[in-house]
Amino acid sequence: MTVELLVASAIGVMTAAGVYLCLRGSTFSVVLGLAMLSYAINAFLFSMGRLVVDRPPIYDPSAPGFTDPLPQALVLTAIVIAFGMTALVVVLALRSYLESGTDDVNGAGAEPPPADGDAPDDPAEPPCT
Amino acid sequence: MHLIVAPVLVPAVLAALMLLRPARLTRLGQRLSILAMLAQLAIAVALIVLSADGEVRVYELGSWPAPYGIVLVLDRLAALMLLLASVLGLAVLAHAVLTRHDQQGWHFHPLFQFQMLGLNGAFLTGDLFNLFVFFEVLLIASYGLLLHGQGAARLQAGVQYVVVNLVGSTIFLVAIGVLYGTTGTLNFADMALRVSTAPPEEQALIRAGAQILIAVFALKAALLPLHLWLPRAYASTSAPVAALFAILTKVGVYSIIRVTTLVFGEEAGAAAWAPAGWLLPAALLSVLVGFVGLLAARELRLGAAFGVIGSTGTLMVAASVFTPETTAAALFYLPHSTLAAALLFLVADLVLRRRGERQDRLEPGPSMPGAGLLAVLFLLSAIALAGLPPLSGFVGKLLILASVADNPAAWWIWGTILVTTFLAILALARAGSVLFWTRDDAPPHRERVRAAVHAPRLAAPALMLVAALGALTVFAGPATAYTRAAADQLHSRTAYITAVLPDSGVRR
Repeated sequence: MTVELLVASAIGVMTAAGVYLCLRGSTFSVVLGLAMLSYAINAFLFSMGRLVVDRPPIYDPSAPGFTDPLPQALVLTAIVIAFGMTALVVVLALRSYLESGTDDVNGAGAEPPPADGDAPDDPAEPPCT
Repeated sequence: MHLIVAPVLVPAVLAALMLLRPARLTRLGQRLSILAMLAQLAIAVALIVLSADGEVRVYELGSWPAPYGIVLVLDRLAALMLLLASVLGLAVLAHAVLTRHDQQGWHFHPLFQFQMLGLNGAFLTGDLFNLFVFFEVLLIASYGLLLHGQGAARLQAGVQYVVVNLVGSTIFLVAIGVLYGTTGTLNFADMALRVSTAPPEEQALIRAGAQILIAVFALKAALLPLHLWLPRAYASTSAPVAALFAILTKVGVYSIIRVTTLVFGEEAGAAAWAPAGWLLPAALLSVLVGFVGLLAARELRLGAAFGVIGSTGTLMVAASVFTPETTAAALFYLPHSTLAAALLFLVADLVLRRRGERQDRLEPGPSMPGAGLLAVLFLLSAIALAGLPPLSGFVGKLLILASVADNPAAWWIWGTILVTTFLAILALARAGSVLFWTRDDAPPHRERVRAAVHAPRLAAPALMLVAALGALTVFAGPATAYTRAAADQLHSRTAYITAVLPDSGVRR
């Protein structure tokens, strides 16, 4: 009972914190919020295989039971994806900050952005033959 | 029958090969990429022919039988989506190569092929977690493509797009967790069986899981009120990428149709048709907001982005009624709306390239060289997006209107679709007359006319999309017969379940 209560409330608190941070205006808190959310969801996925103590993750006739190994494999995949994505968001937020001069998600307080990088008069474009 | 796995393997192998080539061999990269798209097109045509006999074919990866292994499943709907993705991909790739957009940054072609890999995999997979993984593959590739060419506006829109989709992926995982926790399986067919035999105390949780899952797909399909990420992302990225993204919203629609008809259909107990109640109002509102946004947009690409919301909403109106007739109408309108939106993005790019600093803003500009061909293309894309005769959008909208006649909300649906069609005509007529019929040669603008920008061959990919729309119109008879058969196949799910799980004891 205690373990279930602890895990459930930990997931709940982390999700709440993650949602709150994701709704903030600056990219730094959004990144923190995303990391928090993905921790919460990983713990949630893990506990979906039911919380059991001292059981092997593979079937063994001599053991009194076993725990479901599949959620652990799913969590592993989810961790890898979330880790890579968090790294990408950090790099993107940094580039966006350096180019626009503001940390705001909506670009409030930025200087007017320069012309689109895809403008047709891009001098780097080689002439067509 | 290894052909079923080919749409996943071909882009994966060729994308890896392209990453290995030396960076200066640009021609080689382009040729490999075009070769990959041609191969995918040929495979998709072969799979359409294969699936036309109505049998559901299953490919067991590593020969592990379902539900323990991961399966790819080919039915009529999957084959249709594969063909659509490869036709669109080929046209968009040709546009990117011809306009040299692919030279504006690194790794355009590998990213493009990884995008195709994610799309093809999402259409083929028969496993919920595998669907999540393919969603991630296509999203990660789409982040790279969205940012291709860079620029501050694009970066900022990119951050928002990535954050929204990461939150979406997180919620997807919640849905997977709930459904796995209650049913103990991730295989669609197995889950369909277990949902229909779930004990009463689990049914409320299954229903909640279904709602969360469909909400994630609605986010991908940009249904109201989850559409806010789309306009800015699509309008600030480059036109070929936005044209390719026209199919990303359809992945959401595809997933809603697939999962709801298969897993949360008639026999799903408390979860039966769980999302149908709120999907239809949301779809009607998206149609309205999309086409009002098209009317309000001051740039052609922003208008096209709102057009994507509107036409996906129209599609969702039909897809959210869940009868065989409406699903058939939706499946006919789906390829049309994808190609029409992509065509408008490509035409917007051609216009933008001829207007110097005015880009695609809807204001009088200098006279455009070669405006005749461009005006005809714009007219055709406007006809297609608004759904006027003679192109296939008219047939699609007519099918949708006819198929919902028995629905209690029929008057709402008819009213919304007809009024928004009028709004679309109004918006596109105004945009066309400003772009092509008014002229302002006064400064300030600097014109650097280059022959390369105006070569008529740049219009070839757009013409290819027009030809595809024309083919869909001319062969509307066989196409509707095919989509009708695909819808019947979706709504009689026993064939799918027995194909995946031959020992499940479900009778055909």
